[in-house]
Amino acid sequence: MVASGSKCRSCKAPAVIDLPRHNANFCAEHLLQLCRRQMSKAIDDYDMFGPDDRILVAVSGGKDSLAVWDMLIEAGYRADGLYVGLGIGDYSDESTEHVTAFAADRGLHLITVDLRDTFGYDIPTAARATKRAPCSACGMSKRHLFDQAAIDGGYDVVVTGHNLDDEAAVLLGNVLHWDIEYLARQLPVLPAQHGFPRKAKPLVRLTERETAAWCLLRGIDYLVEECPIAAGNRHLHHKDVLNAIERESPSTKSAFYLNFIDNMAPLLAEQSAAASGDLRRCVRCGAPTTGETCAFCRLVDTASAHDPVPVELVLGKRGRR
Amino acid sequence: MLVKMRNPKREIEVDGDRTVNHLLDALDLVRESHLVICNGTLVPGDARLAHDDTVEIRPVISGGA
Ligand code: SF4
Ligand SMILES: [Zn+2]
Ligand SMILES: [Zn+2]
Repeated sequence: MVASGSKCRSCKAPAVIDLPRHNANFCAEHLLQLCRRQMSKAIDDYDMFGPDDRILVAVSGGKDSLAVWDMLIEAGYRADGLYVGLGIGDYSDESTEHVTAFAADRGLHLITVDLRDTFGYDIPTAARATKRAPCSACGMSKRHLFDQAAIDGGYDVVVTGHNLDDEAAVLLGNVLHWDIEYLARQLPVLPAQHGFPRKAKPLVRLTERETAAWCLLRGIDYLVEECPIAAGNRHLHHKDVLNAIERESPSTKSAFYLNFIDNMAPLLAEQSAAASGDLRRCVRCGAPTTGETCAFCRLVDTASAHDPVPVELVLGKRGRR
Repeated sequence: MLVKMRNPKREIEVDGDRTVNHLLDALDLVRESHLVICNGTLVPGDARLAHDDTVEIRPVISGGA
């Protein structure tokens, strides 16, 4: 390799990355600084949490969740990790290794819940048993367990690694269908209410290229392989569409999402308050629910009664590779 | 140069001496969705790659909910 011509915007040292949305290049140190500043701006602007709050980080072994855990610890926050073993074949086995090693190397506290060991099912089996998309059973299981662990452990807030690309892609999906209820709830921080813990997404101002660069430059050994179930899904398609637009006009993606939060979300706030409805406690687990038993407990019943299904059987055609 | 790619994991030979951006264009890959690592170091789009370099093109797009 021959040294590139581009120089860091801040210090003029040779750059390691070009960020078209900032119309600038950065060296390793100043890319890290940019990430730190963007995270702390999100935490402050959206009033996510403070230095005394106890944080529970939902970790998957992928770049975003390990990056946010690393960044919070580096910034001096009190953050433990929560990992849910989903039973998605080799992908889950490797995820477990990456998460466990990350926590052990840094002496961090990691809580682990395994769906099969604790609740008698895994995601492929749940998908088959409920005849629904795997991601819907998976998302619901994870949300329930994050909430429960936060309440049981006395944490002030659950943090997830959602980044700008994730949020912009979800926003695009919600806008394409004008799903007002989802739009009203698509916020970087949700307050604790109705028995649910507070939830925050400190990385919403960082793109996934930036969170991946953070991991690379910090020597974080994250799992690069994706969940095999994700391949070809609509969420990925929306990301591709946004990146195609971004390629022609840099910083459109961040304007799309961040201006939604600033300009549009306040107008939707009333909607959100109206939608929360009447909630009571699940008779089985105590979680907030509209029915007698919550959706998670019903999923456990259905899925744990079904014979185990290997992940290959629930992959769509495009998922097999 | 040797180029390591993912999803599926594979290695291809590309004739050398071109910039990172040219390499991504030639492979029809979007810059916003990838990091390029040359001989273990992250490199920007205008870095020149030589024929004896080992290059990893790492996708950064995650799926799922
Ligand atoms: S892609 Fe879907 S099934 Fe896979 S981890 Fe994400 S939500 Fe779960
Ligand atoms: Zn610099
Ligand atoms: Zn319940």
